[in-house]
Amino acid sequence: MPRVRVYVTLKPALLDSAGRTVTSSLQHLGFDEVSDVRIGKLIHLDVEKVEESRIKEMCQKLLANPVIEDFSYEVVG
Amino acid sequence: MKVAVLQFPGSNCDQDALKALRDDVGVDADYVWHNDGSLNGFDAVFVPGGFSYGDYLRCGAMASRSAIMQETIRFAKEGRPVIGACNGFQILTESGLLPGALLKNERQKFICKDVMLEAVNRTSIWTAAVDRTISLPIAHGEGRYVIDADGLKRIQDQEQIAFRYVSNPNGSVDDIAGVVNEAGNVLGLMPHPERATKELLGGNDGLLILKALSLVNA
Repeated sequence: MPRVRVYVTLKPALLDSAGRTVTSSLQHLGFDEVSDVRIGKLIHLDVEKVEESRIKEMCQKLLANPVIEDFSYEVVG
Repeated sequence: MKVAVLQFPGSNCDQDALKALRDDVGVDADYVWHNDGSLNGFDAVFVPGGFSYGDYLRCGAMASRSAIMQETIRFAKEGRPVIGACNGFQILTESGLLPGALLKNERQKFICKDVMLEAVNRTSIWTAAVDRTISLPIAHGEGRYVIDADGLKRIQDQEQIAFRYVSNPNGSVDDIAGVVNEAGNVLGLMPHPERATKELLGGNDGLLILKALSLVNA
C-alpha cells in the first residue's frame, strides 16, 4: 500500500517558540553551530491509491491550517 | 433565550459556563453533545474551553470539524450570537468563523492569572456594555493570537478587535485578546468570562460580556 509523508511546518514569518527553546538547549549542550530550530510535524498516510488532488485537499481541509502553516508531501513505498 | 453549551470530549469549562449562564447571567442553558446534538430550540451558542479531542493536530482542529460545529457555522451565518472562550476561541478560528489563529505562548509557559482587558470597539453586542477596563482570568498555553499583516489591517479597519490586553501576557500580535467576525455576532477570546461572574469567584466583570445574552431577543 502506498504511503504518503506529509510535512507540516509553521510559516517562516511566525515565531516558533518551542523551536527557540530547543535552539538554546542545543547550544547549551555545546552545539554552537545551531543558529535556529523550527519544529514541524510529519504525518504518515497509508492510502489505497495516490490521488494528488485528494492529498492536497486533506492537507488544506484538516492536516494543515493555511493561516499559520505550510505543507508539502512525498509519496514513498 | 436559551444558550447551547457545546460539549466535546476534553471540554472542561462546560460546567462552569452552564452554571454561570443559569445562575449569574440569568438565561436558560443546556449542554449539546458534539456528535448527536442539535441547535434546534437554542438562541445562542457558547463554545467552552478545555482540550477538545486532546487538542490533537492543533488546538481546536478536530472539534472544528465536528458535526455540531458545522451546525454552529450555519447558526452563526444567520447572525445569531456565538461566543467561544479559550479552547472555544481556538475552535472558532479553526472553523473559519473568526480570522487568525492561536499559537503557543511566546514563552512556552502555561499562563494562569488574572489579566486586565480593554474593550477596543464597542459596536458589537459583546462589547457594548464594557465601558471600563475589566479583569478576567486567563489559563492557556496556546493563546498567542497571530494574523498576517493584511489580515491585521482588515480587522483593525473593520473594528473586529474586541479586546486588547493592557499588559500582553503571551506575545499576541497587537495585544489582541479577542476578536469578532465582520457581522459582530461571533466573539472569540482567550480570557474566561464564565469564570468571573460573581464576587465569590474573585470578580464579576465577565457579566459585562455575558449579559449580552440576556438582551438578545429570542
